[in-house]
Amino acid sequence: MRRSSTSKKVGQSNSNSSSSDLFRSASSKASSKESERIDSLFYSYANASSGLIDPEGIEALCADLEVDHTDVRILMLAWKMKAEKQGYFNLDEWRRGLKALRADTISKLKKSLPDLEKEVLRPSNLSDFYSYAFRYCLTEEKQKSIDIESVCELLTLVLGSQFPSQVNLFVEYLKTQSDYKVINMDQWMGFFRFCNEISFPDLSNYNPEHAWPLVLDNFVEWVREKQK
Amino acid sequence: MGKEIIELAQGWKQLQEVITKLKNILEGIPNEKPFTSEEYVKQYTKIYDMCTQPPPYEYAEELYDKYRETIQEYLNATVLPSLRARYDEFLLREFVRRWSNHKVMSQWLSRFFEYLDRYYTTKASVPKLKGVALTCFRDLVFNQASSRVTDTIISLIHKERDGEQIDQSLLKNAIHIYIEIGVYEEPFEVHMLDDASSYYRRKAASWIEVDSCPSYMLKAEESLKRERNRAGEAGYLHCGTLRKLEERVQQELLVTHAAQLLEKENSGCAVLLRADKVEDLSRMYRLYHGISEGLQLVANVFKKHVIGEGTTLVQHAEEACNSQAADKSSGQEQAIIVGKFIELHDRYMGYVKGCFMNNNVLHKALKEAFEVLCNKSVTGISSAELISTFCDNILKKGGGSEKLSDEVIDETLEKVVYLLVYHRDKDLFAEFYRKRLTRRLLYDRSANEHHEKNFLGKLKHQFGAHYTLKMEGMMTDLDIAKDTQRSFEEYLHENPLSKPGIDLSVSVLTTGFWPTYRSCSIKLPSEMVKCVEVFNGYYSSKTQHRKLSWVFSLGTCNIHGNFQKKTVELIVSTYQAATLLLFNNSERLSFLEIMTQLDLDREDLTRILHSLSCAKYKILSKEPNTKTISQNDMFEFNSRFTNPMRRIKIPLPPTDDRRKVVEDVDKERKYAIDAAIVRIMKSRKVLGHQQLVLECVEMLSRTFKPNPRVIKMRIENLINQDYLERDSDDSNKYRYLA
Repeated sequence: MRRSSTSKKVGQSNSNSSSSDLFRSASSKASSKESERIDSLFYSYANASSGLIDPEGIEALCADLEVDHTDVRILMLAWKMKAEKQGYFNLDEWRRGLKALRADTISKLKKSLPDLEKEVLRPSNLSDFYSYAFRYCLTEEKQKSIDIESVCELLTLVLGSQFPSQVNLFVEYLKTQSDYKVINMDQWMGFFRFCNEISFPDLSNYNPEHAWPLVLDNFVEWVREKQK
Repeated sequence: MGKEIIELAQGWKQLQEVITKLKNILEGIPNEKPFTSEEYVKQYTKIYDMCTQPPPYEYAEELYDKYRETIQEYLNATVLPSLRARYDEFLLREFVRRWSNHKVMSQWLSRFFEYLDRYYTTKASVPKLKGVALTCFRDLVFNQASSRVTDTIISLIHKERDGEQIDQSLLKNAIHIYIEIGVYEEPFEVHMLDDASSYYRRKAASWIEVDSCPSYMLKAEESLKRERNRAGEAGYLHCGTLRKLEERVQQELLVTHAAQLLEKENSGCAVLLRADKVEDLSRMYRLYHGISEGLQLVANVFKKHVIGEGTTLVQHAEEACNSQAADKSSGQEQAIIVGKFIELHDRYMGYVKGCFMNNNVLHKALKEAFEVLCNKSVTGISSAELISTFCDNILKKGGGSEKLSDEVIDETLEKVVYLLVYHRDKDLFAEFYRKRLTRRLLYDRSANEHHEKNFLGKLKHQFGAHYTLKMEGMMTDLDIAKDTQRSFEEYLHENPLSKPGIDLSVSVLTTGFWPTYRSCSIKLPSEMVKCVEVFNGYYSSKTQHRKLSWVFSLGTCNIHGNFQKKTVELIVSTYQAATLLLFNNSERLSFLEIMTQLDLDREDLTRILHSLSCAKYKILSKEPNTKTISQNDMFEFNSRFTNPMRRIKIPLPPTDDRRKVVEDVDKERKYAIDAAIVRIMKSRKVLGHQQLVLECVEMLSRTFKPNPRVIKMRIENLINQDYLERDSDDSNKYRYLA
């Protein structure tokens, strides 16, 4: 609100009196104050030599936010920042995220987390967040898949609240089967589509002759065997 | 001065006299003479006058009405009562008579009243005189009498069906009236057809329970013939009825009870086929051929029967294998079934070409039957392997084919190719065939080079050059190898120092043409090592950029066994030779010692030692003297061994390469599927999943039937390698990534 009104004022004040000039500089001063605080917050966690917030810094951040560093909200924060490298935040990313959340202090950041959660879990964002989560975990260069163990954890973290029964069952399957040692992006996204499109637990509208990834065909077979 | 005016009543009275005369003539009253031309002219003129008189004496309309009334009155008063009074044939006769009379009456009256037709009917838009007459007859007589007449006709037809003689010309005439009046199809034909249907329905119901298939068919054929006559040229029904009547009879006799008829326990189609009843089968064909979809019914029973016969053969083969103590794993016993399938095919193709007149529907049924049979395995051995064993037996020495003439062999090979067309896994066959061909070529076991080339030619002709590329390469390799050997011997001659000390012949094979073999290392004796070095030297002097990999597992060796009694020449594999030569340096060797010295793995060594000490010829004596090889055994040269022959072959049974063949083929298939997918997607750019799978199966169908799951797996693989991607809007579609 403040920002948009600031910009209006900026537009108006171009042709106007000095009073709005005064106000503009005050508000832009305010926004630059905000940026300053965001930046200084960054540097309070960043590693001095690399200029980035590294895993240690993130842990400190989490402690201050009173959130466990394995909590999904940190992942959501990374998403909001569009952070590229797992375990690291750079200044641009930090700025992007915190500006979007309108948080320039730890307490404001902490307070923004519940809304962030709601935002992420909105259907329009969930797909994006879901695919982001996978990419975020591809730490090595040219890495295309994630090992089963990590996938199970990630899945529970990311989708556990939305589709608990599907996630639990799929995780159980992944842990018991031996055909697949890793999951790739295509299979990962396939599962998301599965949760959204296939009726559960009857799986009645699942058709293996469609282009579902083979791992899901196997999963469905396994579930049906189990149900007998 | 004008003519005298004729008043209506007066003129009509005069006309009445004429009409009465006409009636009398029709009734056949004697002494009534026919009309003369003067009488005709007089009446015609009178009517003419009455029509052309100046008004109000123009009586055209009145005369027209009177004309109609006359006819109606006559029909009502005379004709109808006469019909009512008669029954059965007499009714028909009267009906025919009255119609012909009516026509005469109509004719004469029309001639008298002709002027009306010329100048009145068109002007007043009323029907012509003859039309009026027809309508009157139809409305008054026909509508009243028709049901009785129709019933009479139909009951006469019945009588004839039951074998009685009837007056066919009477029927013909009566029916002809219907046609003339224009009431043939409705109501007559409909009734007649329904009646025929119910008649044959009853007959069929009783015949089907009692009669055998052939006798039922005879009756059906006879019935159809009679019905066709009824509606034929010499028949009394209209020829347009022929097709409809045929259909009704066929429906009741042949279609309704088709299943029961064709599958009759002791006389149905299957029985007739087994008993070679060509005449009955031909009749079956003739009867069902004319019915739409009829032959499909026969084809279904035929197909089921052939599959049944083939399945029984498979069962027998399996039982024979299981009951005998013979070694099941070689597949020799089971391969006999291929010959039986060939016989089965010949026999049933004979029927298709013969009594089934080469009909496409039957051809297709036979093809589908064999597609089922030719993909059955016997005791778990795939059909592809069995057929390759069968070919091997024909083409190898000692397979029994030396006794057969060239023509017979050629014919058999031809038929093998026919059978192969029905096989799904043609690539699997090719791989097994290559393996067997290798053994035949390298161990000099091929009976006749001409036959080998002949068979490859047939395969090429049927399945394309690509299919036989490798096999032909193999044969060419050996031709070239002969030349290479010759020039090697020249080289040795020119370089006596490099002579290895043993006669050596080498076959250089082109990798890729020949099957791959598990490479097992072996420490060769020094004599052999020298041979290898010499040849390597020779070869690198002759060629460049070529690498030789030695496959010792395929080599043979002639070795002299200096036994106590006499020396016997032993023909053994290189491995066996290497093993035996160890005993030149040691009296006794344990299993482990041999293993170490030769650097072989346990499985291979077991096989080799078994062939030398536990099989037919015991070149080595084993302690303990058991039938199997164990790690703790000790081996010694068996100097007491002897054999009446001067030279003996000690076979080394080949390893079970079945699994490897299947593995190799599966690997090739994965590449083939990949290639097909990429090719399809490259040209289509965007394609749905099911469509892609379909086209992939289609493209590969000439070689094998791909598993849709494997196709899916390969698609996912290609997505992972960024050849394809899923369409962002429709996850069921794929997009080609250039």
